[in-house]
Amino acid sequence: MHGRVKVKTTAQQEEEKKKEREKKLKIYIAARDACFSKRKEGIFDDEALQLTQQLLSSNPDIATLWNYRREILMHLETVRDEDEVQKIYQDELLFLESCLKVNPKSYGSWHHRGWVSARLPRPDWARELGLCDRCLSLDDRNFHCWDYRRMVVRMSGVPVEKELEFTDRLIGSNFSNYSSWHYRSTLLPLLHPECPEQDSPRCEPPLASPPPSPQTHFHRVCEEQLLKEYELVQNAFFTDPNDQSAWFYYRWLLGRAELEEMISCVYVSREEERVAVAFSRPVSALSVGLLLVLDGQPQRVEWRSVHPHFKHSPVWICDLPPGTISDTSNEHNLTVHLTETHTHKDCALYTGRSESWCRDTATDQELFRSELSVEKTSVLQSELQSVKQLQELEPLNKWCLLTIILLMRALDPLGYEKETLAHFQTLKEVDSMRSAYYSDLCSKFMIENTILKMEYAEVRVFSISDQNLTTLCHLDQLLLVTHINLSSNDLQRLPPQFAMLQCLEVLEADNNFIESLEGVYRLPKLEEVSLKNNKISTLADLQPLASCPKLKRLDLRGNPITQTAGVESQLAELLPSVTDLLL
Amino acid sequence: MLRWQLPVCVFRRSYYAANWASFTFNGLLTWIQEQNEESQTEEVRDWSSLLEEGEELLHLSDTDSASITNLQVFCYTNEEDEEEEAESADPLNTTEEEKPAAEDAVNESSETESAESKDEEPAGAEEEEQAAQTPGEEPEAARPHPSAAQSQSEPTRKKLSYAQLVKEGRRFNIDLVSKLLFSRGSLVDLLIKSNVSRYAEFKNVTRILTYRHGNMEQVPCSRADVFASRQLLVVEKRKLMRFLNSCMEETEEQQAYNGRPYLDFLRDQQLGDNLQHFLLHSIAMVTEDTPTEEGLASTRHFLRCLGRYGNTPFLFPVYGLGEIPQCFCRMCAVFGGTYCLRHSVHCLIVDRDTNRCRAVIDSRGQRISCSHFVVEDGCVGSDRKKMATPPRFLSRAVLITDASVLPGESDQQVSMVTVPPAAAGGPTVKMVELCSSTMTCVPGTYLVHLTCQSTGSAHQDLSPVVTMMFRTTESEEPDGRPFVLWCFYFNMADGSAVEVEGHQLPCNVYVCSGPDGSLGHEHAVKQAEFIFHKILPDEDFCPPAPNPEDIIYDGDEGAAGQEENQGEQESDL
Repeated sequence: MHGRVKVKTTAQQEEEKKKEREKKLKIYIAARDACFSKRKEGIFDDEALQLTQQLLSSNPDIATLWNYRREILMHLETVRDEDEVQKIYQDELLFLESCLKVNPKSYGSWHHRGWVSARLPRPDWARELGLCDRCLSLDDRNFHCWDYRRMVVRMSGVPVEKELEFTDRLIGSNFSNYSSWHYRSTLLPLLHPECPEQDSPRCEPPLASPPPSPQTHFHRVCEEQLLKEYELVQNAFFTDPNDQSAWFYYRWLLGRAELEEMISCVYVSREEERVAVAFSRPVSALSVGLLLVLDGQPQRVEWRSVHPHFKHSPVWICDLPPGTISDTSNEHNLTVHLTETHTHKDCALYTGRSESWCRDTATDQELFRSELSVEKTSVLQSELQSVKQLQELEPLNKWCLLTIILLMRALDPLGYEKETLAHFQTLKEVDSMRSAYYSDLCSKFMIENTILKMEYAEVRVFSISDQNLTTLCHLDQLLLVTHINLSSNDLQRLPPQFAMLQCLEVLEADNNFIESLEGVYRLPKLEEVSLKNNKISTLADLQPLASCPKLKRLDLRGNPITQTAGVESQLAELLPSVTDLLL
Repeated sequence: MLRWQLPVCVFRRSYYAANWASFTFNGLLTWIQEQNEESQTEEVRDWSSLLEEGEELLHLSDTDSASITNLQVFCYTNEEDEEEEAESADPLNTTEEEKPAAEDAVNESSETESAESKDEEPAGAEEEEQAAQTPGEEPEAARPHPSAAQSQSEPTRKKLSYAQLVKEGRRFNIDLVSKLLFSRGSLVDLLIKSNVSRYAEFKNVTRILTYRHGNMEQVPCSRADVFASRQLLVVEKRKLMRFLNSCMEETEEQQAYNGRPYLDFLRDQQLGDNLQHFLLHSIAMVTEDTPTEEGLASTRHFLRCLGRYGNTPFLFPVYGLGEIPQCFCRMCAVFGGTYCLRHSVHCLIVDRDTNRCRAVIDSRGQRISCSHFVVEDGCVGSDRKKMATPPRFLSRAVLITDASVLPGESDQQVSMVTVPPAAAGGPTVKMVELCSSTMTCVPGTYLVHLTCQSTGSAHQDLSPVVTMMFRTTESEEPDGRPFVLWCFYFNMADGSAVEVEGHQLPCNVYVCSGPDGSLGHEHAVKQAEFIFHKILPDEDFCPPAPNPEDIIYDGDEGAAGQEENQGEQESDL
């Protein structure tokens, strides 16, 4: 038997490995204990640096040791000259690289690297950026590395376009990557901000803007770049329509900037001597510095939200001192100042008028659709065409259906209403797990449409019956509505936001599944409530109505509560103002 | 008398692996020379003195020249470095520009100061005729006429001269075969399983190209490719992705097409011309009349291989395919195998009663006992061989060019190119373009391998493709096509035509074939495993080699292990 190779048996190997492991463990524990006791004694020497290095290279996740190491390094900074410190920190970076090879997702190692890089007397950012490139090419979703990269970019002032190219590269090699798409969405508005002349005043970026860096955020991207992005993302979702990341990015592209904080409506009622102010988004009156000036005199008033639930609300009200504006022969000028943003809104209450308001309508504000340039309209139109094409190929793809709906809404919410509803129907079928979500979304869109219709008709009547509404929203837009008809929907409650309908006189909500009336709260003008065929079962459910002083007529026919004995007398006690009660 | 327990492998030549070998440029020139000197036969000696009682001799054929034929060499680059710009040649002189440098000429020129006259001296009338035909064969349509301005604006690339090629010859690794490794093919599995992969490094083929309508196009085959493709409409992207996803599963719809052409199936999937072309020629790599089930199987194989190591399904060994057999040899040698170069086996000694080969007689007249004998088919006399009818050949061309067929962002691309037959029924040409980072050619050059099933000589089969895609004469205006510095054509016996069994040979003699024409290595791996199990029915084929630290060296522990009675002798004459 010449030259025949002899090989150890598996049992032998196991035995050897076991011994090896035990030996290692002993050394490890000894080193760890040594480190801890040295730290206790406050020793910051090279030996400690060595010991922690040994331990951390086999287990980079002991935060205490990293802390100890930082203490040592900071101590060394005080006793060594700059060149030595530079050398020490460079070695530290090399050591960290070996740690990252052991565990590329170690919190401790990445955090320490950031710390070291920031303290390095002469940092080599190009090298750090290269390291990030390498790490991300190995795992393009390593969020530790993404974080570190953002730090490196910030510290070294990498041009935004370079970073955008970087996302191009990553997306090119694998577009299923939220990190890259998201990074793009932060870079694009810096590199291609919406052109100023197209800016509506509220979207104006601060004039003294700092040099753009990926850390400051604006939201809008100029049209020309948008078109390129549409093309890019389209390639992604045609290639793989089931990949969410591209669709989410597309939604961001189609999406719109968050509204600036501003006053959208001021309403004043002579009778209640009350002022209601609506904002573009929920605010806290206490923190934004809301100031009411009546006929040139600042007023000391107490602002309250429409419902005690809300600390933040889009609608705030205040009562004026009795007699201030009650005389109809007087004319009054109100101004509401929003001191925080230096904006204000005026409202004149003329002689003989019982109420007055000044507002930006939803239409004015382009709340539910964008006022598109002709160019952009045609682009969106062709986007819609191509997504429809995709839908023909993938009729059951939910992302595709949803995107069609969104595009239709951006283009012409009323014109596409019928098609939108049909698509929602399909969506609920193909993605039944989320049918409630789709119902809510559809409700939202139907309410938006109804608001638009109401505004076009210049009426204060909001009627949306028989539309399968499951939820109510945009109620701040209904501040001036006097009549609302929500009959024959699938509503289960009138939520606290409903209290924003400060002018409401008549509420019809027959044939729903309403069991809670929380939002019918302190509505000063409410006279008639019809809640036929709902799910109101206890007296407590009706409690909020007691806060509406003018309520005269209440129809509760077809509710479980009518079966309760003695309900009529209880109701009379609860709601003394009601003269017309139907049970 | 020697008695070997472990495999002994003898190679007749000074290199490993016969037709699987790869050569430096200079080595290749020598090989070409040898191919042409092949004919001299060694004297037949009388070995009967070495015979024992009851034994007889079985002579092996001592020439394997039959496996390589129609060898032709062309050098299109300048002989020497030229300092001044080459004057634009007279179009009438094109035929003289082309140097039908046949065997002798090449050998001469490798000795540097070769005279022009020698190069122009044709070695055989037949070759001269073919070379002279070449310009005429070039299809007119495939030759766009560049405007004068265009040609001027193009910076003139400094071409490598022949002398430089020879000088840098060591840096070439030119394979006689052209194959790739499927990422999930049997060779990759074997390399991993056996740990032989530790001896080699691989590069991903970076892109799949196809030649279509006179253009080189990149075939989008992975998800990232489809996403990035600029030639596909988004709707096509969707259709392609959907097809690629859906074809992985067998459906009744597919079965309905069994026996019918794959092309019909593709057509009925509402895939446009573009996609049909990509799927048929570049992904399934089949022909228009391939049945659907076969087309689907190859498509699936391709797709399964995607993404394992990169965005294409293929790997290529750094330093060339010749590395692969050497890796296995090395592994064998590490564990006791013996290799002899420039050594051959002249005859077998066969026991008359048992019809077993008991020993062989080598080229030095030694009798070497053996219990098994594996031999390449070329060494078996045709009287004893079960011949496939008719014998099949592969047509091969190897080109050294000055640019990529599809220049891209990076000049380090490894491309697999499918060239569908120009006319129906013609051979499909598979082309592999290697860049210098594969360590098969010098920077600034590309090594291009073309392979197809022979219908005529290699030159007849492949030169039309070469002249369509490449420039071969100085007079042709630069038009974006790469220039061929040097090329050679040859035919090689198609190994897939060889039967392992059924020859009139002793029962412990096994015949293995040379390389086959397919792109992967399935044929060779299957055959090796088959022969191995014939010899050692109960042994694992290429088990993982032990780790170095697990090996017990002498004195480490008492001698262990059982005597093994079989030795394996591989002869590769």
